[in-house]
Amino acid sequence: MKTVENTSNEPLVRVVKRSELPYGKTVLLRLAAVILSLAAGGIFIACVGQNPFVIYKTILSGACRSVMAFQGTVKIMIPLLISSLGVTLAFKMKFWNIGAEGQIIFGATCATFFALFCSGWNHVVLVAVMFLAGIIGGGLWGLLPAFFKVKYHTNETLFTLMLNYIALHLVSYLRDGPWMDPGSQGFPKIARFDKNASLDKVLGIQFGWLIALALVAGVYIYIRYTKQGYEISVVGESQDTARYAGMNVRKIVLRTMFFSGGICGMAGMIQATGSDITLTASVAGGVGFTAIIVAWLAQLNPVSILIVSFLFSVLEKGSSVVQSDFGLSTDCADVLQGIILFFILGCEFFVRYKFQRAKSASKKQTQ
Amino acid sequence: MAEQDKKVCAIECRKITKVFGQVVANDGIDLKVQYGEILALLGENGSGKTTLMNMLSGIYHPDSGQIFIGGKEVKINSPVDAMGLGIGMIHQHFKLVEAFQAMDNIILGVKGKKEKGKVTGEKIRAISHAYGLEIEPEKYVCDMSVSEKQTVEILKVLYRGAQILILDEPTAVLTPQETEKLFEILRKMKDKGCAIIIITHKLQEVLSISDRVTILRKGKSVGTVRTADCDARKLTELMVGRPVSLEIQRPPVKNCETILKVVDLTVDKADGSRAIDDISFDIRRGEILGVAGVAGSGQKELCEAIAGLLHACKGAILFNKENLLGKTPSEIIEKGVSMSFVPEDRLGMGLVASMGMTDNMLLKSYHKGKGPFIRRKPAGELAKRLIEKLAIATPGPETPVRLLSGGNVQKVLLGREIESSPSVLITAYPVRGLDINSSYTVYDLLNEQKSKNVAVMYIGEDLDVLLELSDRIMVLCHGKITGIVDAAKTTKEEIGMMMTGGHKAAVSE
Amino acid sequence: MDIIIKFLVAAVGAGTPLLFGTVGEILTEKTGHLNLGVEGMMAIGACIGFMAGYYTDNFLIAILAGAAAGALAALIYAVLTVTFMANQNVTGLTLTIFGIGFANFIGIFVLSKSPEGTLKLPEGITAVMRGGALPGLGGLPILGELLFSYSPFVYIGIMIALVGGWYLNKTKAGLNLKAVGENPGAADAAGIKVTRVKYLNIILGGAICGIGGVYCSMIINGGVWISNNVGGLGWIAVALVIFANWQPSAAILGSFVFGALRVLKYYIPQSILPFPVAFYDMLPFLMTALVLVASSMRKSGRINLPAALGLNYFREER
Repeated sequence: MKTVENTSNEPLVRVVKRSELPYGKTVLLRLAAVILSLAAGGIFIACVGQNPFVIYKTILSGACRSVMAFQGTVKIMIPLLISSLGVTLAFKMKFWNIGAEGQIIFGATCATFFALFCSGWNHVVLVAVMFLAGIIGGGLWGLLPAFFKVKYHTNETLFTLMLNYIALHLVSYLRDGPWMDPGSQGFPKIARFDKNASLDKVLGIQFGWLIALALVAGVYIYIRYTKQGYEISVVGESQDTARYAGMNVRKIVLRTMFFSGGICGMAGMIQATGSDITLTASVAGGVGFTAIIVAWLAQLNPVSILIVSFLFSVLEKGSSVVQSDFGLSTDCADVLQGIILFFILGCEFFVRYKFQRAKSASKKQTQ
Repeated sequence: MAEQDKKVCAIECRKITKVFGQVVANDGIDLKVQYGEILALLGENGSGKTTLMNMLSGIYHPDSGQIFIGGKEVKINSPVDAMGLGIGMIHQHFKLVEAFQAMDNIILGVKGKKEKGKVTGEKIRAISHAYGLEIEPEKYVCDMSVSEKQTVEILKVLYRGAQILILDEPTAVLTPQETEKLFEILRKMKDKGCAIIIITHKLQEVLSISDRVTILRKGKSVGTVRTADCDARKLTELMVGRPVSLEIQRPPVKNCETILKVVDLTVDKADGSRAIDDISFDIRRGEILGVAGVAGSGQKELCEAIAGLLHACKGAILFNKENLLGKTPSEIIEKGVSMSFVPEDRLGMGLVASMGMTDNMLLKSYHKGKGPFIRRKPAGELAKRLIEKLAIATPGPETPVRLLSGGNVQKVLLGREIESSPSVLITAYPVRGLDINSSYTVYDLLNEQKSKNVAVMYIGEDLDVLLELSDRIMVLCHGKITGIVDAAKTTKEEIGMMMTGGHKAAVSE
Repeated sequence: MDIIIKFLVAAVGAGTPLLFGTVGEILTEKTGHLNLGVEGMMAIGACIGFMAGYYTDNFLIAILAGAAAGALAALIYAVLTVTFMANQNVTGLTLTIFGIGFANFIGIFVLSKSPEGTLKLPEGITAVMRGGALPGLGGLPILGELLFSYSPFVYIGIMIALVGGWYLNKTKAGLNLKAVGENPGAADAAGIKVTRVKYLNIILGGAICGIGGVYCSMIINGGVWISNNVGGLGWIAVALVIFANWQPSAAILGSFVFGALRVLKYYIPQSILPFPVAFYDMLPFLMTALVLVASSMRKSGRINLPAALGLNYFREER
């Protein structure tokens, strides 16, 4: 029987669960994380030889310095806000829908069909039909992974991801072949929509922003005050509990994913018919991914999503100004977004846990 | 004195104290085990047995007191330290990697290079042969039965050369035959000079396996006795502290009308094995039907089948002569069958942990009422009413229930079920993990339901409580009913006998 | 015959970046951590590796720099998910967005400083990485071209996959790693340092992904820097892990099959199969989706999916 000296191999720091922080403190903590992340971003900017304060200032002023600039910011915000609301529904249910990108594209594609081939219809009817097409297209694109999830437990993260690329190449197929603009002399692109098939403007911006705002209220009410919203929360928390409460989990998952994809599809339709006035392969352009970051940063709260997506659009719009003024590419926005979310993800830990030095415990032992 | 010096104690604990917040889990406990001896650690739930053993295996650190292993004072900081000292713990919930072969589980974490599978297999076979264990080292753990898994756990400990074994309620999941086999192995290990501590609260097992018994009560050691000098009654007295009387009320049954009748019910588990095997019984209005049985005898599946969560293979569940089988859980809830099912954790199934009381009140009634909107107001009022009526300690009805203490969580769950004025109330392990006061609140609540002519099914583990609280007791064993008896006329021994099926011999020993 | 050999050789080349990503992600997932940041780690590795090659003209330094960059990116992920117990899906996704943004940003930044207006790797390094026929063996008929004509990346990739398979299946460290991914509680109780195992393997996985990235930036576009050079390969790698059933050796075959799908469009004459080009581009993703569904439908058989995948481990929560 050997004896071992066991006094010194206790870890210096231990992680312990803490009783929940009060709301005010968690807000402070997150604020601190944002400030820290801006500082880290500043260091990054300084590393490429720019003054971070000047860059940050340019981003802010660049996005809001004129009516035109502000309109540009809002234009960026519309699809981002709408698809963030869309993925929120799925995330609330802990269904990892990272296929917003594909749902946006497919929704836009379905709407484009009517924009191209039914452009002679009555304007109001046409717009309504395009909206429906966008919603149903995106919804079906979201329903597909949900179906396989409830039926075979197929991993929805990877499946939705693959659907993104499938949708993307579907558009390039349509662009190169059946939907190619005959007037483009062989250059692969889809024709610009007829004026009749594009969205009207309100206050100089396509009216999608009104729909986005209405959706914020709609999703907020849906999640908080409706029976279906309640079901989503319960399923997300524990499927066992949901079943125990007599809920039809499969139905709820399918329905919610249809809505989630549908809202993203609508975002695609609005982007194509309101901003691009045509369908391109970059109709989603990474918005579907950024939407996930927005939804997560906003803790899945629609009102916070409105704020966060606005700030992100400021960042996006502002960095294009930075590009023209300082020659830094707009990818800077992605880097900053990433850094901010890294810090927020890290700070969530301190809401629930804390580090404790092990010394206090060992002291007690020797007493 | 000379005699004692020669016999070095395998483990000696002196004045071990451990405090969790307000609760003194261990209060100056002394414990001694010699090599070649089996010590039983006896005590009721919450008497501090597992806490003490977790300190020996390096999971907790004692606040004060000394531990000696083989005569030398030691500090045990981690499970690795414990292993280095030759202490092996076999947890009640196995710590095995299901996707691995038995032998990979056994050598996991052992230092040194990986040998060829054949070599390791031979080594394991040699050890198991020496102790009379049966094992196939190549078999995957996920394909094993419970007792085979336990064998792997034991081998894991032996492979590391442990001389001191701690078993935490090893028989809770075993059949009587498997238990007897385990005891054979333990006796063999004892003959080889191992020191063994077995934690249990089953008196018959203590009497049949141990050399000495240390009894814990409320965190204190109340004494150590030689098993040979003892009988069940004396041990019970030591364990409970007074001649057993829990003084739970049992109002007489007023009404005898049968409300729920189970006929020839057979239920399979998700993995295809049989959970409930062709059972029939009935529950009457205004009575409490106790259900006794070793853990995992089919209690959980019975509850889930009645609530419509699990599909039965055959049989019928007649509620007021209407068959519930094939109905959805929500349809069953509509009919007034209410279940406060308490699996391992109440928060995993009965409640939504991150939601407040108000939202949890809605769980089974949210779909009531017209329109797409949910009505929170009545739920909020109900939550407030419950907080007052049941003295639930919570900062407010919107505080997430996971932040409440175990007793309060149970009050929320039971309170909600009772408020839906069910005609049948099924409760599974409603006092598990609760302190005495909360437990009594639960008993009172159940009796109140009984007086309101509700049929109550109470699945319990503490036989004393079952005997005092229930009107009739149904005993399950391997998914079969081994008897339904009048609680006032039966004894603990009789129930214990039925719980283990046909093993009368072990009882009369 | 000639065209078939050409096709196979091209398939191997196109599959190699996938091989790195897949093997890296297998090691990561075996710790129980699903890192969706493969695309990002590859992008960062691509960028840093390319820049190192551009400035030093040294193949080895380029590869090591790419691996180090991938490892650093994985470290961010490990700190957040292992120590800070952040949501793995979101963390990985953020890493991808950050990584692509970072790589493109740096690329354009360096490009803007370059006098030629393009970034092209110097001659010395292009010669090494092109590989070409090995002396002696390369001259063999058929076999020479099929086996010994590749860029060193291909051999490095195959070697990493084989060593990875040996590590995972034959060593004690591999056994510990698998135990951590299956049941960290059991591994902890058996005395395995769970946190250390997780960190080491996540970082190792990131380094391997980083090398895959270097392939993307240096080979695919002929040594000229372009933005988005990883172009979704990282995501296919994540899916290939399932296809390979978490076995590095199977990843070799899987990667080359998917590599073949990627180059198919150049080798099938339109007259035989008149599919549009977009269809061929879609094919790898479509196949992956089908594989996903098929592998989830398959109920029997031992699937190597780590049981604790996606769940963070906190000792006191047992």
